Amino acid sequence: MNVTTINMSAGDRQSEERATKIHEEPEASPKIQVRDFNFFYGDLHVLHDIALDIPEKQVTAFIGPSGCGKSTFLRSINRMNDIIPGARARGTLMLDNQDLYAKAVDVVALRRKVGMVFQKSNPFPKSIYENVAYGLRIGGVNDRRILDDIVQTSLQRAALWDEVKDRLDSSAMALSGGQQQRLCIARALAVDPEVLLMDEPASALDPIATQKIEELVYELKSNYTIVIVTHNMQQAARVSDRTAFFMLGKLVEYDDTNTIFMNPKQKLTEDYITGRFG
Amino acid sequence: MTSVDLDTTLTRRIASRSRRRFGEIVWVELLGLSIVLILAILGVIVADVVIHGAGHVTWTFISESPRQGLTEGGIYPAIIGTTFLVLLMTAAAVPLGVATAVYLHEYTPPERPKQAWKRFRAAEGPDRRKLFGTVLLSLLAKVTRSAVANLAGVPSIVFGLFGLGFFIQFVGRAMDAATQPAGQILWGQGNLLWAALTLALLTLPTVIVATEEALRTVPPELRAASIALGATRWETIRRIVLPGALPGILTGAILAISRGAGEVAPLLFTGAAYYLPFLPEALSSQFMHLGYHVLILSTQSPDVEATKPVLYGTVFVLLVLTFLLNLTGVLIRARTRSKLRAGG
Amino acid sequence: MNDRRKVDLTRGVKGRFIRDRLMTVVFTGAGWFAILFIALIFVFTFREALPIFTDPEVSKEANLHEFFVKRVEGETIEQQFVWQPVGEVPKFSFIPLILGTLKATFVGLLFACPIGVAAALFSSEFAPPKLREWIKPTIELLAGIPSVVLGFFALLVLASWLQNTFGFTYRLNAWNAGLALGIALLPVVFTISEDGMSSVPRHYREGSLALGASRFQTAWKVVLPAALPAVFASFVLAFGRAIGETMILLMAGGNAAITSFSLSDPLRTLSATIAAELGEVVFGDPHYSALFFMGTLLFVLTFVSNSAGQWVIGRMQRRMQGES
Repeated sequence: MNVTTINMSAGDRQSEERATKIHEEPEASPKIQVRDFNFFYGDLHVLHDIALDIPEKQVTAFIGPSGCGKSTFLRSINRMNDIIPGARARGTLMLDNQDLYAKAVDVVALRRKVGMVFQKSNPFPKSIYENVAYGLRIGGVNDRRILDDIVQTSLQRAALWDEVKDRLDSSAMALSGGQQQRLCIARALAVDPEVLLMDEPASALDPIATQKIEELVYELKSNYTIVIVTHNMQQAARVSDRTAFFMLGKLVEYDDTNTIFMNPKQKLTEDYITGRFG
Repeated sequence: MTSVDLDTTLTRRIASRSRRRFGEIVWVELLGLSIVLILAILGVIVADVVIHGAGHVTWTFISESPRQGLTEGGIYPAIIGTTFLVLLMTAAAVPLGVATAVYLHEYTPPERPKQAWKRFRAAEGPDRRKLFGTVLLSLLAKVTRSAVANLAGVPSIVFGLFGLGFFIQFVGRAMDAATQPAGQILWGQGNLLWAALTLALLTLPTVIVATEEALRTVPPELRAASIALGATRWETIRRIVLPGALPGILTGAILAISRGAGEVAPLLFTGAAYYLPFLPEALSSQFMHLGYHVLILSTQSPDVEATKPVLYGTVFVLLVLTFLLNLTGVLIRARTRSKLRAGG
Repeated sequence: MNDRRKVDLTRGVKGRFIRDRLMTVVFTGAGWFAILFIALIFVFTFREALPIFTDPEVSKEANLHEFFVKRVEGETIEQQFVWQPVGEVPKFSFIPLILGTLKATFVGLLFACPIGVAAALFSSEFAPPKLREWIKPTIELLAGIPSVVLGFFALLVLASWLQNTFGFTYRLNAWNAGLALGIALLPVVFTISEDGMSSVPRHYREGSLALGASRFQTAWKVVLPAALPAVFASFVLAFGRAIGETMILLMAGGNAAITSFSLSDPLRTLSATIAAELGEVVFGDPHYSALFFMGTLLFVLTFVSNSAGQWVIGRMQRRMQGES
């Protein structure tokens, strides 16, 4: 009952937002702008001439068969690929009109602006509180009141506060898989990013935990630009506003989620969506 | 084949099988007996030392210097000498060993030289120079790793030779030539510092190997999570990697220290003294050492029977020291293992 | 929800970078420093032995021919190969010392290898888990006994017992030294063999048991052959440990550099010779260089045997991981 209500109201809000957007900012520049983007692992050319715009405060989903490069592309946005030996990028990837691969860019600052949630939940073997506070502490925030405050808001935004507020000092490893994943989301939110990258965040979770994550994504997009990689096409259809379909390192089609799922322009997209391969 | 034949073969087979079963039980018991034998050896040694030695360990024995040609008095200078030596050795070997392991595991390229070389060959333009550095570093890491792994098995006496050849004859003499009046020898002979550094080099490989193993147990996903939150490499190492690897590092370090504490061969020509009524005052002092004392008492004594009580007492103290160190290491490891198991 | 809190996250960012750079420098420096020392170990041990090739004064008396080949006048083999570094005409034959090393090593391995492997097989295949949890730390404790204590024990206790039981002419001999050495080798053989046996994938055992083999047959015909490389490696590493072990041999071997094949004669090993003589030798003397050459020899031999052992273990681990 409850869930339905939330969905209803969320749906209303969504249409409202779209309406206002069109009226107020018809030519808003996209949050992330990608042109001629190529990516290599050593000799391997894994992304070919990617070009797309990711709009602000919306959910963009990347779908495609495994090995299509969607995760690699996601990880290019916060330059997590830098730590892999032999990884190389060519072309432009702009965040707020700043080239992310320019020499002057400081990857550490970039990663605070672009948070990330991984496929397998990876909380630190510390307390729940310290997990959320981690990003702040390394940023030099040690004032207990500020920390308390942000830990609470972050956990609330990640819809975990009510479940853990009485045991903030117990180990994060004792949480369930779904809770751990939401904790990882809270941890990413605590440093106040503008973009949130999610790499198949629900693929290791049971249906109920998955639903919670999806609801959360829906909640969060009013504040964050969210990019989500998913294997699950229903999930993409449920949570995203825009969907990009990747195959063999190429962007096949990118459009409004409704268009992609109802009326794809490419034969390949249609085949994939109807489950003819993949 | 008639049915009768078949019957007898079957019976015979079953009979032979049960005979084999019996033989197998005997074999398994023989295997078990080998364990019993090992434990018995350990038991006999420990019991012998405890029975003959424990009774001799009194406050006087621990707090006084040897007297009467080492047959009476205590072993206080040897206890202090050993303690200083072990502390100095630890101070040199553990930080350097841990830092080296961190360097090898966290800072050198994770790929093998062959892969790096392949990439270098394929690359063009400005990448090439950087890649060449990668190839060299990865090669350095590989060579160091194998050198370290094999050094752990090089005999301790060889380290003693190195201590003599390098620290005393090379560094010590150079220091004397620079700081001492002509003909004076201060650093060009065995002393506490050279002995401790020699032992530190001996334990260094063990510390490096154990630390790198411990670093390997920290899941890469945690490093990724930390980096994705905007942590620098050092912050990730300090807040995530080192705390995660700490139990393993501690265990390795303590086991290495306990090995170093019992080594005598490298001290023979790097500064251990036969008899000193006083304690080491400076790094350039010679020192007494429990293990060396055991060697002296058991091989150089003019009156074996008269030295026996002191000898047994010394062995007892040395054994207690190394066992305690060992036990601490083993306990830390056991505790972390059970904790890991409890944590899932 | 929309109020973006203004917390200054850039504060101290510059300091963070400097610290990160600094730590990179520190770790790189420490790493290279340690690597330098490891390289120095090779350089300096060899350097002090070098005069036997380069210095005519030294190489006149101490050279490879002298060490390994030369026989002096004499009827018995014992009189022909002599290590007598101090005297009118110093004699530098390594033969009696090598023989002593090999005799002690032989007895030590003869004792430690079968018992160590048997104990490893029992521990990995038959011991209940509870017992196993006790066996391993106990053997580590045995490994933790300083070799000077084992030497002491062999000298005072074991030697008398052996002489009384077997009636040896000499109290200190190869049997005594070798057995004491064997006690030090047991943990080496046990630990490495046991690790190898435990790493044999479970499906090997299950496959064998499913075919109706008994546990003993499985252990003997499946696990042991699969773990054979590790067992072999444990022998090689024990060999390396044995030829370099010093204190036990110095104390329990009898210290007689005689060319004898009998295990009931006293002996003297290369390592014990270095230990006993280097303290009194004149720096730069042929004797000094000869002892360093001995050390180099031990270094090279143990390094090679260790590398071989490690290589076998590494290969086996990779194979087992690939299959399990």
